[in-house]
Amino acid sequence: MSFVSVGFRTLFYKEMLRFWKVATQTIAAPILTAMLYLLIFGHVLEGRVEVYPGVSYTAFLVPGLVMMSVLQNAFANASSSLIQSKITGNLVFILLPPLSHWEILLAYVAASVVRGLAVGAGVFAITAWFAHLSFAAPLWIIVFAIMGAAILGTLGVIAGIWADKFDQLAAFQNFLIMPATFLAGVFYSIHSLPAFWQAVSHFNPFFYMIDGFRHGFFGQSDISPWTSLAIVSAFFAVLAAVAINLLRGGYKLRH
Amino acid sequence: MTAIQINSVEKSYKAFKALKGVSLTIEQGEFFGLLGPNGAGKTTLISTIAGLIRPDVGSVKIHGHDVVTDFREARKKLGVVPQELVFDPFFTVRETLRLQSGYFGIKNNDKWIDEVMENLDLTNKADVNMRALSGGMKRRVLVAQALVHKPPVIVLDEPTAGVDVELRQTLWKFISRLNREGGHTVVLTTHYLEEAQAMCQRVAMLKSGQVVALDTMSALLRRVSGSQLIVHLKSGDLPQDLRHLVSHDEHGNGSGNKYSLRVNDYAEVEPILARLRESGAVIDEMQLQQADLEDIFIQIMEKGAL
Repeated sequence: MSFVSVGFRTLFYKEMLRFWKVATQTIAAPILTAMLYLLIFGHVLEGRVEVYPGVSYTAFLVPGLVMMSVLQNAFANASSSLIQSKITGNLVFILLPPLSHWEILLAYVAASVVRGLAVGAGVFAITAWFAHLSFAAPLWIIVFAIMGAAILGTLGVIAGIWADKFDQLAAFQNFLIMPATFLAGVFYSIHSLPAFWQAVSHFNPFFYMIDGFRHGFFGQSDISPWTSLAIVSAFFAVLAAVAINLLRGGYKLRH
Repeated sequence: MTAIQINSVEKSYKAFKALKGVSLTIEQGEFFGLLGPNGAGKTTLISTIAGLIRPDVGSVKIHGHDVVTDFREARKKLGVVPQELVFDPFFTVRETLRLQSGYFGIKNNDKWIDEVMENLDLTNKADVNMRALSGGMKRRVLVAQALVHKPPVIVLDEPTAGVDVELRQTLWKFISRLNREGGHTVVLTTHYLEEAQAMCQRVAMLKSGQVVALDTMSALLRRVSGSQLIVHLKSGDLPQDLRHLVSHDEHGNGSGNKYSLRVNDYAEVEPILARLRESGAVIDEMQLQQADLEDIFIQIMEKGAL
């Protein structure tokens, strides 16, 4: 008997197949976008900003862009799949079978992690050509990439369940996910901010994901990666609890 | 064995009460019809059975498993064909059926998938993307999806709405075989009452969220008052004192008049014929037509109950 249920594996496989069949849109496009960010910001700010001693701005930017791509695509995967299924009505194929709430949540999140990591790896493979990067603590890179993708995948599940229309989902993405990502230190260190905004940044969970991820490359970060891991893990636990309760209660799924 | 047990189910949407205390018991192996006009609560009831809607009051059990508290076991026993023509545009027919099997925990189900596809004339569409299928073909896939896990209880919510005769025949042949040979319980909602009359052993009629009739098909047909005596007059006209019996008349094309007269039993036929002879009317053709489910349905919906 397999440890992982057939139901989970099938839903996970279906979610993977779904994004893979439109890989130009789900993988290639975000890689191109991240590369444009790097070329433009790197070109404008290279030599003018030094965030960490001995680390060029372009090198500083690469991990941030990789993590931003991981996070945004993990969110997009679960949320777009759910909202499309809700609007077209084919979510019924998931709601009629005997899938448990955990099987549903984990399958959507796991597929989001895979897409997030696939895009992140693609962004890294392209952008790494433009900067000299080190890998001070590779394990932190893997841990924060997976945790970040899992958190955003879970947020994607929550948003996909909550939203009734595409514009509601777009609002969630544009007014919550995007600002939280951009203000988490993708393009800068929070130490370059005024004291007030530094304090505010500490309330942004995305900051810990990106800071911990960057620590894996440079061995330097704004705060300890262990602290970041604790905060990120707690955030994931809270989101997973919210998502599982929405699924259990049938919120906007079972009327 | 009880296949579906529905106990005093109530469901409201804000001020609108869609189900007002529906109770039904459907036994394993039955072919059961759930009939009613639009808005009667049929789809709400089926969605409650399927676990897509949660009742405000009451409970539903499939093979003894509550659809809310023991949903995993309940859903394993149930195959539902939804009314809406929904599909996942990313996949082919075979992929769709393999995925659906997997959701029910079944691996390597190709043998049964092939058999279902063959019975629903889908074999030559197996590798076609769902988007490329016609509406009728998509409907067949929906039926196939409901059957991939060989559920003992099959619920079909208007499966033949807007589909051609060929699919209807293919579908009913296959579903009848599953019912007859496999002992599967079939619950059907349809607006095609002749289908329900041909297929269903027992029928429940819903009106405004309540069961207004529940009986075997034969008992229901017996209950209805009367048959139709259809007379086509070659000459003469229907006497005034028989006109109150007319339920429907079709004027002929100059060669005579055609009337449908309500009769309660055969004994009433002879006095009508005698009265026609007496009035000088000449009968060209005559036919005695038994009441059908449509007559019963109309009577029940007009009166509330028989």
